[in-house]
Amino acid sequence: MDYDVIIIGSGPAGLTAGIYSARADLKVLILEGEQPGGQLTTTTEVENFPGFPEGIMGPELMNRMRTQAQKFGAETKFELVTSVDFSKKPFEIKTSEEVYLGNSVIIATGSRARYLGLESESRLKGRGVSACATCDGFFFKGKEIVVVGGGDSAMEEANFLTKFASKVTIIHHSENFKASAIMLDRCKANPKIDFLMNKEIVEVLGENSVTGLKLKDSKTSEVEEFKTEGLFLAIGHIPNTGLFKDKLEMEKEYIVTNDTKTSVEGVFACGDVQDRKRYWQAITSAGSGCIASLEAQKYLSHGN
Amino acid sequence: MITHITKENYKSVVVESKLPVLIDFWAPWCGPCQMMGPVFEEVAKEFNGKIVFAKLNTEDYPELTNGFGIQGIPCLILTKSGKEVGRAVGFLPKDLLKQKVQKLYETI
Repeated sequence: MDYDVIIIGSGPAGLTAGIYSARADLKVLILEGEQPGGQLTTTTEVENFPGFPEGIMGPELMNRMRTQAQKFGAETKFELVTSVDFSKKPFEIKTSEEVYLGNSVIIATGSRARYLGLESESRLKGRGVSACATCDGFFFKGKEIVVVGGGDSAMEEANFLTKFASKVTIIHHSENFKASAIMLDRCKANPKIDFLMNKEIVEVLGENSVTGLKLKDSKTSEVEEFKTEGLFLAIGHIPNTGLFKDKLEMEKEYIVTNDTKTSVEGVFACGDVQDRKRYWQAITSAGSGCIASLEAQKYLSHGN
Repeated sequence: MITHITKENYKSVVVESKLPVLIDFWAPWCGPCQMMGPVFEEVAKEFNGKIVFAKLNTEDYPELTNGFGIQGIPCLILTKSGKEVGRAVGFLPKDLLKQKVQKLYETI
């Protein structure tokens, strides 16, 4: 099946690229990937997206963006790309269901929650280990839980989780926090939140559900056990670039772009996947999605 | 057709079912669960007559949810005569969901 633009990913970057491309009368396919709607689907209220002074729920905002793209004729599919071939034109995008051909491709695969990388952690996922406070906080009513991380999202999750948990301990590997002063102060003022600094989680304990953590002191290397029934991760994100290694120029884990243009002509990237400056905001992703679409339109009218 | 599980119909829909039942544990506040919904419905069609696809609102029926030890959603559990055969936690795109369900189905 042939398209003018194939968009891989369906967060703010991908869907904005979809809105602009479809509105420009191009034949657009959006492959929604492993987290349709992207990371905003795991947040609660978005307070800083322009145009929503009363705030808007993350999943709701993403549903609206999808509807807007579909309204202009973009096709959306719940498929996951398994491989890409940028060595021939049209470009070939494979999912396990189908092979799609695109005269241009916009990569908007975003990033995913970083895990600690422990075997015990992955074994207990969904059994006390979670990377989505809004999804799973409800299951920890009256329980004592831990949030690991030191940035704004860790503070936001900790605050949110006190709606359910009796106590939330924020564990951080250092004593310096990346979180903004306003978020840190909110947590410090919350009587249900405790801080435990200079501790690294080396193991998640529990058979069928989380019962505790093994912590190592960052300074003394001393190891101790800490009782808890839940572990929420907020230790940042990793760009989803596995599909593009050796196919596009990369820097660390990010795709290198110049005004969203990648090292292959006709292939564009937008949003977190190329955000080497780490703005990581819905609005900056949406903005770069718009640029990617405009660049793709320029390429399609002149470049072929 | 997706069956909605309630406290009242749980026994007849899940425990007494001749076919295996795939239960989608979800909640209205869970973003990834909302995304899972339409994918679940699409895949249900492909297993028509082999597996019953059902949804359970974890907010409305905490006692049924606790029975399966669920602490994270979306969570899909395949059951046979009410007993768990296997589970998958987190959102799955259509093809991965299909593969996962097929694999679990073959182990029965």
